[in-house]
Amino acid sequence: MYSIGIDSGSVATKGVLFDGENFEYKIVPTGWSPKNACSDILDSLLKSRNLKREDVFIVATGYGRVSIDFADKEITEITCHGKGAHYLNSDIRTILDIGGQDSKVIKLDRDGNLADFLMNDKCAAGTGRFLEVMSNLLGSDISEIDTLTQGASPENINSMCTVFAESEVVSLLASGSTKESVASGILHSIANRIVNLAEKLGIEEEVAFTGGLAQSQVLTDIISDKLSRDVFTSPHSQYNGAIGAAVVGLDIMKRKQKNKC
Amino acid sequence: MSFDLPKAFNDFDEARQKGFMDIKHLKEEGKHIVGTYCVYTPYEIMLAGGAIPISLCAMSDEPISEAEKHLPRNLCPLIKSSYGFAITDTCPYFYFSDLIVGETTCDGKKKMYEYMDEIRPVHVMQLPQETESDDSFNLWRNEIIRLKERIEKELDVVITDDQVRKAIASRNEERQAIKDFYELSKLTPPPMTGLELLSVLYGATFKTDQQEKIQSIKDITKSIKDEYDSGVRKVDKDAPRILITGCPIGGATEKVIKLIEEAGAVVVCYENCTGVKANDEMVDETIEPYDALTRKYLNVACSCMSPNDKRIELLDRLVDEYQADGVIDIILQACHTYNVETFRIKNFINGEKDMPYMSVETDYSQSDIGQLRTRISAFIEML
Repeated sequence: MYSIGIDSGSVATKGVLFDGENFEYKIVPTGWSPKNACSDILDSLLKSRNLKREDVFIVATGYGRVSIDFADKEITEITCHGKGAHYLNSDIRTILDIGGQDSKVIKLDRDGNLADFLMNDKCAAGTGRFLEVMSNLLGSDISEIDTLTQGASPENINSMCTVFAESEVVSLLASGSTKESVASGILHSIANRIVNLAEKLGIEEEVAFTGGLAQSQVLTDIISDKLSRDVFTSPHSQYNGAIGAAVVGLDIMKRKQKNKC
Repeated sequence: MSFDLPKAFNDFDEARQKGFMDIKHLKEEGKHIVGTYCVYTPYEIMLAGGAIPISLCAMSDEPISEAEKHLPRNLCPLIKSSYGFAITDTCPYFYFSDLIVGETTCDGKKKMYEYMDEIRPVHVMQLPQETESDDSFNLWRNEIIRLKERIEKELDVVITDDQVRKAIASRNEERQAIKDFYELSKLTPPPMTGLELLSVLYGATFKTDQQEKIQSIKDITKSIKDEYDSGVRKVDKDAPRILITGCPIGGATEKVIKLIEEAGAVVVCYENCTGVKANDEMVDETIEPYDALTRKYLNVACSCMSPNDKRIELLDRLVDEYQADGVIDIILQACHTYNVETFRIKNFINGEKDMPYMSVETDYSQSDIGQLRTRISAFIEML
C-alpha cells in the first residue's frame, strides 16, 4: 500500500512516496506552472518504486493544490503540516512554519489534531520571499545565508514590509554596515515576526520549526534563543507538508480497505 | 405549491437593483426618502413621519479608489465605500435621499460625515459610549427627539406619539418576521445555506414598502418551512455549523461566506448588524414610546460601546441555540473596536464555550481570496 503526498508551494514543490514506514523524497522548483511541477514529481516518485498511478492514493496540499487535477484528495497545508510534524515527532505541540510566501504557527493537541493556528496576512513580510529579495540585494545566494551570517552582530532592521525593508537595507549598506551584519539583521527580523505570531497564539512544548527556512541553522538558533527553549528541526523539514499529506493519504487507504472487509 | 423558492431568494437579491426604480417612483409621488447606514438609526421616527428610511450603498469595492482621494487609505472599507458612493453619485438611494442620518459610532464615520454633509444634509446622532448610566440614557433619548424635530422640520410634518407607537408596532412585526426567518437555521440540517440566509437579510434592507417587506419575509419563511417538511434537504446533516460574528457584512464580504460553504461547512447564524444584533430585541410597546426606543437601541451589542458585555451575553446564547461547531469573527480592515474585541471574544469562545474560534481581517477587495481559502478550509478541517 502506497500513498503520495504533494505539497505545491510558491517556490518549491515537494513530494514524498510513503509505504507506511519509509519515504522517497523529491523536490523541484515550482516555476511558472505548479501543474507541471506536480506531474514531474508524480512521475519520478512512481518510477522510483516501479509503480503505476492506480497503485497509489494521492493527497495534494499547498497553495497550488487546486491545480493538481490528478489528486484523490485535497487538504490545506495547515492540517498537513500538523500531521507531518506529529509523525516526525509525536511530542510536538507547536509548529512554526516559514514557507516561500507565508508564515504560520500551528498548535496541535496530544493526538496530533489541529487545535488552533495563525497565519500571516496577505503580505510576504518575514517569509522565504522576503529573505530571497534581501539576499539578492546583498548579492549573495539564499543557500549561503548560514556561512554569511555565522558570528556576525546583527544590524537592527525595523521595517517589516519587504519594500520598506529593501530601502532600509540600501541605507544601511550606504552608511557603511557590513554585508554580514545586515544579513544577520534580516534573519533576526524574520525570527521576530514568527516569534510574535507564536506568542500571540501561545506556545506549548515541544516546538518544531519547519518549511524551507528551517534549513538555516543560524535562523533556527536565533528563534530558539528568542523563545528561550529548544526548537526541533528535521533534515526533512521542508518536506513536512508533503509527509503530512502522505500520512493522511495512507490513513484514508487503510480505512477504505477496512470498510471493504 | 405555486411559490417558487429560488425565485423568492432571487427577489431579495434583486431588491437592491429594483429598489432603485421603486425609489424613483416614490420620489415622483412626493414621498420623502431618508438614507441610513447603521442599525442604531431609529427607523420608527422616519416611518412615523411618513418618510421612507432606506439603507444606503456601502458594501462594494468600486467607489473606494475615488474615496481615497479624500480619505486615508488605512480606513475601514465600509466608511470609504459609503463616502465613495456619495461623491461619485453612484448610489441611487443616496441620490434620491432628502436627508441622511448617521451616528457617532466610530471615529472614522463621524469624521467622514463632516465631508458627506457638504454633498447632502447629514443629521448626525450623538451616541453615548456606554449604555448603563442615566446620563447615557438621557443623551440618547434627547438625540431621538432631536432627530424627530429635524425630520419634522425638513419634511414639514408633525410626528405624534400615536404615530410613533404605530411605527413601533410595525417595526416589531418586521423584526419578528425576520427573526422567524433566520431562526429556521436552528434546524439540523438547516433548511437553507448561509448565502441564501444572508441574501434575504441583506436584500430586505433595500425594500421600500414596509408592508410588502414584512409579507415577503413571511412568505419565504413559510415556503422554506413547507419545503423542509416535505423532506427536501439542501444541506448535508453533517456539515459543520458556523456562527458568524463581527463587523457588518454583505456585498463584497460575501466572499468569506462563500469560502466557508465551499469548504463544506454551513453558516447557521449571523450575529452581525444585518442579522441578530438588529432584530433580537423588540421595542417595548407597553411603556412611553421614546423611553422604549431609547432602551432598545442602546441595547445593540455593538463594539463601539465600552464595555460591550451585551455581545458576550448574545454570543453565549446564540452558540447554544444554533448548536454551532465553530465561530468566525469577520473584521473589516482598520475597524479598531471590533479588532480589539477579538481577543475577548476568542477567550470567551475558546474558554467558556470550549469551541474553536477564528477571526479574519479582510477588506472589500478580492485579492486575499487565496489566503482566506487556506485559512478557512484549515479551520473547517479542524472542526
